[in-house]
Order: sequence, then C-alpha cells, then structure tokens
Amino acid sequence: MLRLEKRPNPSQFWLYGTPVVAVVLTMIFGGMLFAAMGTNPFEVIRTIFWDPIFGEFAFYLRGQLLVKAGPLILIAIGLALGFKAGIWNIGAEGQYIMGAICGAAVGLAVYPTESRWIFPVMVLAGALGGWAWAMIPAILKTRFNTNEILVSLMLVYVAQTILAKASTGFLKNPEGMGFPGSRNFSSYPAAANPELIAGSGIHWGVVTALVVALVAWGLLARHIIGFQINLSGQAPRAARFHGVNPNRLVVLCMGISGGLAGLAGLFEVTGPGGQISIDFNVGYGFTAIIVAFLGRLHPIVIILAGILMALTYVGGEMASTNMGLPSAAIQVFQGMLLFFLLGVDVLTNYRIRIRTGGK
Amino acid sequence: MTRPILLQVEGITKAYPGVVANSDVSFAIREGEVHCLLGENGAGKSTMVKMIYGLVKPDSGQMQWKGAAYAPAAPRVARAAGVAMVFQHFSLFEALSVAENVALGMENPPPMKALAARIKSVSEDYGLPLDPARMVGDLSAGERQRVEIIRCLLQDPKLLIMDEPTSVLTPQEVEILFKTLRQLAAEGTAILYISHKLEEIRSLCDAATILRRGKVVGTADPKASTARELAEMMVGATLTPPERPAPKDWGGDHAALEVKGLSAPSPIPFGTSLKDVSFTVKRGEILGIAGVAGNGQDELLLALSGEIKSGAGQISATGVAVGGMGPAARRGIGFVMAPEDRLGHAAAPDMSLVENAFLTGGVRKGLVRNGFVDWDAARGFADEIIKTYGVRTPGSHVAARALSGGNLQKFVIGRELMQEPDVIVINQPTWGVDAAAAAAIRQAILDRAAAGAAVVVISQDLDELLEIADSFAVLNEGRLTGPRPVKGLTVDQIGLMMGGAHGMEVSHHAEA
Repeated sequence: MLRLEKRPNPSQFWLYGTPVVAVVLTMIFGGMLFAAMGTNPFEVIRTIFWDPIFGEFAFYLRGQLLVKAGPLILIAIGLALGFKAGIWNIGAEGQYIMGAICGAAVGLAVYPTESRWIFPVMVLAGALGGWAWAMIPAILKTRFNTNEILVSLMLVYVAQTILAKASTGFLKNPEGMGFPGSRNFSSYPAAANPELIAGSGIHWGVVTALVVALVAWGLLARHIIGFQINLSGQAPRAARFHGVNPNRLVVLCMGISGGLAGLAGLFEVTGPGGQISIDFNVGYGFTAIIVAFLGRLHPIVIILAGILMALTYVGGEMASTNMGLPSAAIQVFQGMLLFFLLGVDVLTNYRIRIRTGGK
Repeated sequence: MTRPILLQVEGITKAYPGVVANSDVSFAIREGEVHCLLGENGAGKSTMVKMIYGLVKPDSGQMQWKGAAYAPAAPRVARAAGVAMVFQHFSLFEALSVAENVALGMENPPPMKALAARIKSVSEDYGLPLDPARMVGDLSAGERQRVEIIRCLLQDPKLLIMDEPTSVLTPQEVEILFKTLRQLAAEGTAILYISHKLEEIRSLCDAATILRRGKVVGTADPKASTARELAEMMVGATLTPPERPAPKDWGGDHAALEVKGLSAPSPIPFGTSLKDVSFTVKRGEILGIAGVAGNGQDELLLALSGEIKSGAGQISATGVAVGGMGPAARRGIGFVMAPEDRLGHAAAPDMSLVENAFLTGGVRKGLVRNGFVDWDAARGFADEIIKTYGVRTPGSHVAARALSGGNLQKFVIGRELMQEPDVIVINQPTWGVDAAAAAAIRQAILDRAAAGAAVVVISQDLDELLEIADSFAVLNEGRLTGPRPVKGLTVDQIGLMMGGAHGMEVSHHAEA
C-alpha cells in the first residue's frame, strides 16, 4: 500500500524536479492519446517539441516561440505574485482583452495622427484597462468578501462580449467594407508594435516580459512586499501579525496581475495580432495559469515555462496542420501538463512510503 | 496494597517517523487505584494511553487485562473490555443537548427518556449534577467535561483514563472533580490520570509512573514525595527557581501600557468579545492575566497586537495612543507581542528562521532599507536569537516547523525580547514547553522586566503567573477583573476571581 508522509522540510530537489517529471508524463500519456487517435505518437511528440527549434522551418518558428511566450510570461508573472499570496486571479484572459481594447481605442481615437507619444500612451491605457478590470473582483472581495476566483472568471465572458461589440461596433474599421475588426495597426506606424529585429520575434512585449521577470524576481527575493506576499500565502495569520493589511494586498496583487495582463493584450493587438477582432484572444490568459505553476511561481523559471508552453502552441499548430490532429487534442495535451504538474507536486512536501501488509 | 492487578503493560514500544514516542514502557495498574502517568509535554503519555484505548497500535510489547492478553484493535474493543477515556479536547456537538451527545457515543442508545433519567441519576450519584436537556453550547468548559465523564461512567468502566482533565477548570471545579474521582476509586474503578501538574497528583494519586522522553524513569508514591522530587524526576535535572532581581523604581507612576474601556467583537467564530477591559502596567511591572481558555485571551492579544484595531485612546503604550495602529507601527514605538499559537501565528511554519526573525524584528532591528530587506542582517539577528536563547536547531536556515515546540517557543520569545521592547505582551509563554525551557523563558521575561519593560503575561498556568507576576487579574467571559497585587493572594481568592465553579452546583459540599 502506498502511503504519503509529510517531509520535515520541503524538498528542494522535487520543487524543481516535478516540472521535468510532469513534462515526461505528459509526453507519455499524450503519446498514448495521439496513438489512440491513429497517429504515430513519436512523430507527433517530435513535431511538437523538436521541430519548432531544430526542424526544417525552425528559422521562422523560433521567432514564433518568442511571440507566443512573451504574453504568456508577462501574464504568468503577474498571476504568480497573486498566487503566492493566496489571491486567485483566474480572469487574466478578461483583463488581457480589456487591456487590448482600451489601448487600441486610445490609438484608434487619434488615427491617423503621427506622434512618438502615441504608442507609450497606448501602453499606459492598456495597463490601466487590465488594472481596472481586475479591480472589480478585488474591490468586491475586500468590500463584500466575494470569491475572486468566480468573479474574475465570470468577467472573462463579459470582456469577450465587449470584445465582440468592439470589433463589430465601436472600434470597427470604417474602411473595412463591413468586415468585423478594427483598423490594422501594422499600417499605422505610430501605434504599431513591430518586430524589433526582423525574424527574431522580439517585440516590445517580449522585452517588457523579460524586464518584468527580473523586477519581479528582485521584488520577491529582496523587497518587503515580496516577503509579505510569500508570508500571506503561507501563513495568513502570521502575515496579519507581521502587519500586512490583507485587503491592501488583494488590491495590490490583483492590480499588478491585471495591469500586466492588460499590457500583454496591448502588445499583442498592436503587434502579432494586428487588430481588434472577435477571435483576437487565443486563451493566453488561461494558459498563463499553467505557465505560472509550471514555473513554480518563480519569475525566472516562468520564463522557461513560458517558452516550453509556447513550444506546445507552435508545435501543436504544426501537428494539427501537418498531421490532421484536432486542436482540441492539443488543448487536452496542454491540460495534461497542468494535471501532472499538480499531481506530482505532492512530492515536494510529501514522500511516498510503500508499506506491505498494513491495513 | 494487595489489590489485584487490572492492567499490566509490558515493554511497550511505539515509534513514529523521526521520534520514538514510547520505548520499553512497563507499569501496572491495580483495581481501585488512582495511577498517575507523569511527564512533560512530549514525554509520551498521550501515545501510551492511546494504545491502551485502542487508538494506536504498539510496535512491540504486550498488555494484560486481568491476567489475559489484551491488544485492542479499536476503541470499541477497549470499551467492551471496560476501558473508558475522557480526552483533553472534548468531542461534543454544541447544537445538541447533553442527552443527545451522550447517545451519539453509544453503540445501542436506549430511548431518550430512559437515557435522560440514567444521566440524571448517575450524575447525581457522583456529585456531578447535569441537566440532560441543556444544550452543550450553553455549558461552561467544566460542565462539558462532566458530559464526557458521564458518558464514560454510563459504560460502567473498570478503568477510566483522564488526559489532562484540569487544564480547563478553575480551582473550585478541580476540587469537585477530585471528589468524584476519589469516590469512583473507592468503588473499585481504577483511574489512569495523566498530568504534569504536581500538586494535583500529590493530592489525588496513589501511585505514579514517571515518563521522560518515552521511557519510564521511575515510579514514586506521590503522597510521600515532594513536588520538587517529582519535578526533578520528570525533568531529569535539578531545577533552579527563577531569580527575581530587586524591584527598582523607574520614576513616577507613568504607566507604560494603559488600556481604558477596551471593547472589541471577536473575529473568531464562537469567540468571546472583549467587554470594557481596563488595566495599566508600569515600567518594570509584570501583570499576569489568568483565566480558563476561551474567555477572551486570544482576543485580548489580537487587540493589543493591533490585529484588531480599536479606538485610538483605548490603548496607549509609552504615552502614545496606539489603538488605531497596526502591529508594525506598534512595534516601532517599542510595543511588541508574542501570540500563543507558535506555528501559523507567531511564526510561519514553512519559512526559515531567518524569515521568521524578520517577521517581527524588521522594524526595530532596522532590517529594511528603502523597502528592501537586508537578509544578511536578518540572518545575523536570527543567529543571535538562537545563540542567546539556546535554541536547538541545525541552523537559522531550517523551517520553523522543523523545530520542537519548546525550541520554537524560545525562538519566538527571544525574538521579541531581543528587540529591547518597552512594553511586551505574551500569551501562554510556556505552553507545551519542557520544564527546563520554561524556566529559561520565565527568567528571560523577569530579566526584561528588571530592565524596565512593562510586561503582560496571559497564561492558564496559575503557578506560572504566581511565580513571575507582580499583579494579577483574571479574564472571565471577556471581562477583566481589577488587577490585584500577587502578594497575599490565596488560591481560593483566585478561584473566585476566575468565576468560582462557574455556577456549577457543588453537590459534594452540600453532602458534607
């Protein structure tokens, strides 16, 4: 019989070992899934994990990795700060959408003015949009003790409705011949977020993600706010004893994660996305939750996790176009990763003892 | 003393991962004997009785019940043999009546009416009057314990195990309980009494088995031994009573801590609100606050620490009105506190001792610069606490939860005292701490008071308070009695301050 036994100290080995084990388990069980669907599992796994980096089209796909990883990392770091403090913002997807809409609206409002101040102001508006959207669950929680998980999640669907309204209504391209969607930012240089080095995939969002990761790392390791975040998550009563005001921490963490998600949305809509459209969002806000946990809520590890998750996106797309796999199968594959990660995670604080003859 | 042996325990060993709770423990209980299992917290008393009650299986060794092999696989088996147990923590439903609670613990409860009648007759026979129709939620701690005892007595036990029964009782209630236990023993019921309170044992028990670190270190006749002899066997060291430096005059009657008309609703479910609490503590003075658990002690600490805010003028420390300040700001003016619950409140279990040193020491030790934590200095502070207060740990990098209760308590108290506070509030300074560590903690508190700090010690250990406090007050249902000087207080007076027998009928006295 298997028995779990609490470790006296959390295992440092398993803290960083579990993501690796989870990836391997995902490959094994994902492979079984793909085999059951009638494809060659080894080929699928190779297409997902190998080809984007070393395959025939790697010169293009490597850039795509950063394009996908950028927003994931940016959102995941904000979420990780909250998760560490025990504040569960599940609605980053909605904050991402609202950031994109607000930032884009500012840019489109002044079209076609050319000024180098337009893009920075849009960035600010994007962050504010995400922040404001996150403030709704934050204030409801602090004032009325509502559950931030439910409220932030439900607000995603509200944001999606607003997005649909924006792309067919108030932000619709007046010269778009009736097609839904806003003007394309690629033809509006003052408001665009182009690749900084051609072919690299690096745009302002990727740069911001890396800078934010470093800042968050310093915040958590050295700053008193980082200490308070860690403390609140691990021992809420000790945090109050230390002098943390739980309500202020909720507002702070929700605000940071909302603002970063909004930024990610703005960089996406002005760069790789190009325009506000009904299906502009592709679930980065949700996938970032996996990235945050895969990255152990540690900003630097989140960078690696973001790139890994981007790999499953880029490789998954390749696999579905080349091998005819439905995109739902790829999503199951990504879901498995979180499932195994959380499952194997138990080993950080517990060890497995095998007992024979026990009852 | 030739009564037949009821229960014989031989060479019982039980190990848990990382700790041997019992090692080769042997003793015998005779019929009608009040036998005491004496030992400090963590000596293995509770594990031992859990094995007798069938809750835990021993790794090796055997037991004999009336000469026959006895190895209960479950409490049900133990109860069938005639073993009953009153636990330290009650397992009662507050929203049910006394009779319903008793029925829930029975295999085949009789009809409610018959049961109520039996409860009434048994409780009166043993001098523990109890109304079977009352809601448990309305009962005092002492009355709840009666419910547990009656529940056991209805099984007509041959052996009654009582685990630290007096920790929730006032002195008067203890007297009532002891009369009942003596009566039971006289009728032939053996009682296994677990405690670390020496005076109680000397007045109640016929025989004592003393455990230290899981091993039997001796047996004693408690009535023929002094409390000091018992204590030294229990601790395994010679105890030195704390030294009290001569009181010094700190100038004037300026109160270092003044609480005026403090009222606060409890943030804890089923907690006790504070009602109009007032007291003052001068520099160099130690105020002891006693009271049965659950009478507002936790709430008082939260209000003093700033975790519950109150009107600005209701609390002032070192002349500053602090009622509206949070914990960090209070520390800033030299007002520190140590809560009762070490793991989770006073310290974060999964964080290192360095982080836990920073938890309260950051403000006064200047460990934060421009919002950034100076972790090297925090490590230095943690190492200093460990060294000064003799905290046994492999180093300051280990998680707080890896320390034993006593060591973590030394760390927590040391952390606060090393901040050189002017006012310090401590809830249960030595709860669950071994006697040697407890003596060290008390000495440290006395030394800090001698250095001019005003100290408030909240404790349920009356002996402790009488030993270190200058003045004495009692929290009872959220109200504080007026503090009185400790000198000249009798145990009877203290008992009355604690609410006497909490309105419980004292039928033994009526009989006498």
